[in-house]
Amino acid sequence: MTAITSDAPATRQAIPFVLLAQVILIANSFIMLYPVVVMVLSAFKTTGEIFEHPFALPDFTQVQNFAKVLGETAMPVYFVNSILVTGTSIVLILVLGTMAGYAVARYESRTNTFILLFFLAGLMLPLKLAVIPLFILLRDLGLLDSRWSLIVTYTAIGLPSTVFIMAGFLRTLPSELEDAARIDGASEPRIMWSVMLPLARPPMAIAAIQNAVPIWNDFFFPLVFIQTDARKTLPQGLTTFMGEYTTDWGMLFAGLTIAAAPITLLYIALSRQFIQGMTAGAVK
Amino acid sequence: MQASRQQPRSLKHQLWVAFLVVPPIVFMSLFVVYPILSAFAYAFYDWQGLARGEFVGLKNFREVLFGATMAPVVWNAFLHNVYALIALMIIQNGGGFFLAWLLYKEPFGFRFHRIAVFVPVVLSTIIVGFLWKLFLNPNFGIINQALYSVGLDSWAKPWLGDSSTALGALILANAWHFVGFPALVYLAGMQRIPPEIIEAARLDGTNEWQLLKNVVWPLVAPSTTILFTLLFIGAFNWFEIPYVMVGLDGSPFGSTDVLGLVFYRTAFGNQSASIQNFGMGSALATLLFLFIVVFASMLTLWLRRREIQF
Repeated sequence: MTAITSDAPATRQAIPFVLLAQVILIANSFIMLYPVVVMVLSAFKTTGEIFEHPFALPDFTQVQNFAKVLGETAMPVYFVNSILVTGTSIVLILVLGTMAGYAVARYESRTNTFILLFFLAGLMLPLKLAVIPLFILLRDLGLLDSRWSLIVTYTAIGLPSTVFIMAGFLRTLPSELEDAARIDGASEPRIMWSVMLPLARPPMAIAAIQNAVPIWNDFFFPLVFIQTDARKTLPQGLTTFMGEYTTDWGMLFAGLTIAAAPITLLYIALSRQFIQGMTAGAVK
Repeated sequence: MQASRQQPRSLKHQLWVAFLVVPPIVFMSLFVVYPILSAFAYAFYDWQGLARGEFVGLKNFREVLFGATMAPVVWNAFLHNVYALIALMIIQNGGGFFLAWLLYKEPFGFRFHRIAVFVPVVLSTIIVGFLWKLFLNPNFGIINQALYSVGLDSWAKPWLGDSSTALGALILANAWHFVGFPALVYLAGMQRIPPEIIEAARLDGTNEWQLLKNVVWPLVAPSTTILFTLLFIGAFNWFEIPYVMVGLDGSPFGSTDVLGLVFYRTAFGNQSASIQNFGMGSALATLLFLFIVVFASMLTLWLRRREIQF
């Protein structure tokens, strides 16, 4: 033991830090990706094959699990609902968020501080904990068990951060742009729409991704608001699906793979924008 | 402010500004401010299903905190939230910090590793929960299958069915899901440190550990503030992973029960007890809300004081 410990400092110097870092990073990436790989591989297997050879490569021509999930279950319906809910929410978030952000950033007013504080409070409060009154409010508005119940909830949750992102960016645009247009006789709405907003596409993309991923993945609000199967979104529909096929593991993995595919592929194609968008709230 | 932004405050101009700010504010008031204020009010009433009964003062709060049926469940769940918070602080945020440091050095393939660590983060918690539930299956899950295949049969366990391992399994599944988030936030924090500072420390002969502990860690304090506050809020709102992996009752024997599950059961009922109690649910939500606001603000203020300007 003594010999080993006295050797240790020398050994530590000898093994370059880079090598150790490599080993840890490769091990970590393996842990991060391997479960996803097993999920995809298992989706090509029958239940018997999964139980007997969990780690073996499948026959990739066996796509009957996928065909069954897409052809015989409600998964395509859930998918369409998720697209409708996420898409409409993002449009509303961007429109309302840009309106408030623009007013705060470009027009001086005594109420600006109040407006910013108002949205700051919205940023801090977890709306999840107000789900009971929200439930009753949506019932009174006749929106319960409809896609609109989710759309208005997500818009309310996403709005504050979008106001801050948009205001923060719009404030940095030089006022010479506005002034030049104003001298040319352009109206305020025209300046906003044709001069300023075309420049604001990057922060809009950030705000869109930052909000789209949590909305696409949300489970809690559909669980509380939606009962009808035909209106369920993908994460909620997935729980119904998993409950129906509990013993057919081939189907379960195919369902998970299909549910995970759109966002994973989109992430791989746009990883820089995804990372930037999703960490935007935590990185100044 | 620049003088050029001063505009004549004509009525037309004021209408235009109102057109911009009023819709978002009305929307927020209706769907955020009003529900949150009502949540406090609801807790002081008796509820019969969806109908509000009479004003009962603090009865619901007493029931939640000290009542014979509710309180033991609530405190048991609270303890599990605390365990999850502490474990995730170490595994998720601590692990993320070390991963960030390795990525910061930009070793061979760091672009790939940076993308890989964030893959689980973009997945839905529901997918992650179901995936790990299948992997942890006692008979056919790959975890036990892997243990059998290397001869460690005695290590194999019904991970989610054993009260001693179930909560730990949920915590690890959560860490797998989210470790990429602190990793990349810390990485961005490290990249903002002026390289001269790290260079100077190196020239002074500090070793890797001292550099990390005495230079990097204090300088990424702003990232720590936000990550720890977010984790604190997340840990006390924990719901999806337990719901999917062990069910609404926090099985086995309440060993994975957390406040999110208790709240949902109380407010919206479950299979075994279909009673809905909006009064008690609102009381629990209000207490949780106050707890989160008070402690998250204290945590933020305390962490802010460690931050150094550079």
